[in-house]
Amino acid sequence: MDAAVTVTDLVVHRGARRVLHEVGCSVPPGQVTGLLGPSGSGKSTLLRAVVGVQQVRSGSVTVLGRPAGSAALRSRVGYVTQAPSVYADLTVRENARYFAALYGRGAAEADAAIAAVGLSEAAGQLVEDLSGGQRGRASLACALVGEPELLVLDEPTVGLDPVLRVELWSRFHDLAAAGTTLIVSSHVMDEAGRCDRLLLLRDGRLLSDSTPAQLRTRTGTADLEEAFLSLVHASEGSGQVPA
Amino acid sequence: MTAGTTPRPTAPLSPRLTTATASRVLRQLRHDHRTVAMLLVLPSALLGLLYLIWSDVPTAPGQPETFDRIGLTMLGVFPFVVMFLVTSIAMLRERTSGTLERLLTTPLSRPDLLLGYGAAFGLAAAVQALVTVTVAVTAYDLDVAGPLALVVLIAVVDAALGVALGLLASAFARSEFQAVQFMPVIVLPQFFLCGLLVPREQLAGWLQAVSDVLPLTYAVEALREVGASTEATGTMWVDVGVVAGAALLALGLAAATLRRRTN
Repeated sequence: MDAAVTVTDLVVHRGARRVLHEVGCSVPPGQVTGLLGPSGSGKSTLLRAVVGVQQVRSGSVTVLGRPAGSAALRSRVGYVTQAPSVYADLTVRENARYFAALYGRGAAEADAAIAAVGLSEAAGQLVEDLSGGQRGRASLACALVGEPELLVLDEPTVGLDPVLRVELWSRFHDLAAAGTTLIVSSHVMDEAGRCDRLLLLRDGRLLSDSTPAQLRTRTGTADLEEAFLSLVHASEGSGQVPA
Repeated sequence: MTAGTTPRPTAPLSPRLTTATASRVLRQLRHDHRTVAMLLVLPSALLGLLYLIWSDVPTAPGQPETFDRIGLTMLGVFPFVVMFLVTSIAMLRERTSGTLERLLTTPLSRPDLLLGYGAAFGLAAAVQALVTVTVAVTAYDLDVAGPLALVVLIAVVDAALGVALGLLASAFARSEFQAVQFMPVIVLPQFFLCGLLVPREQLAGWLQAVSDVLPLTYAVEALREVGASTEATGTMWVDVGVVAGAALLALGLAAATLRRRTN
């Protein structure tokens, strides 16, 4: 099966600084791919390149068979930024209905998306009156409402209580089971084990592109956090990324 | 989930998405009661102040009342200034809150977004102009020879110009501080040179030339035409056309400066 997203030799500069160094990876369709790495490693930049809002220096990003950011992709790709990007002076329902309209969907889909993130009871509240976690979920609802084939989520579980986090992850897997491709970034390594596939990013370089099981085998440790550390040591020790 | 759906092509302009965006902007406005109150009341209140300032100043025989001249001009200046400010701040908020970046990943096109803003604030300006014109002719005895509907029309076109320039200016503002300061940069020179302070014929040649390319000049001339003749004049329609054209040009430039890919 063709990859949903293929990144080839992607180089991104921000000012004089190079934030992504010839990153290459592929994201299989219908799975949850985790993009893991510490804060400042370039995760958000890579995700922005995938949704086509990042200026890139060189390299290519192909999404669902087309160059990232193509007009035809805009109804097929959903993007949730790290900071909740919804209108604080509108209610949850008004936000969801606006984004539903942009994707050619109606009020019923908007209500379903709100229910899917567990915000039905807060649907009539202004977003500015919600807690941080609720705002994040409102933002997620506005992406779900378009029923995208590729869902790009930048740190969607930050600030959520553990119960909600587990619920959201099971929701992600439900979506993947139904055929949606998900890319989920996180800086929390304990979320790595929930992913079907893992991309490990550090200082703008891709350290690993594998399944959690492969990563454990390769590094000889059951703990993914330790696996990540051993990859970091290996790359620093040899100056080479382990194959 | 919808892996089998065919992609909908994104049209450069979609009336449906423009309408959805305009109604979203109006909904945001509706939740902000104080802004709505200020939009509706402030121009009338300021016009009242101008009325009081000139109410006891005698005018030379045969000359129009000073308030009639200035008050009428202000009916065009208020919507321009207010909508410029409101729009540039609203667009800056889209930028800083991340909603703009998100919108650019949806099927909404850039012209849809900008026209949606134009339609929403144009509608708000129409309501504002109706209130201000009604108050001006009833409470302040503003004397207008021509039809009042034309005054409202010119006010709305002025507002559209303010919206378009506000959208364009917001592209060059990194912060609210900068956005607010674009107001005097864009608005005051046009106000100084529009012929209200000093008749345009008395300006130095080069200042007249500058005045000739500033759209507010035509808005003010259009209002004077309505103030002086009982029927719509050809000059007035040309003026309205020039202001509307300038608004469209600014909107086009705003769309061109709205980058989908940023750093």
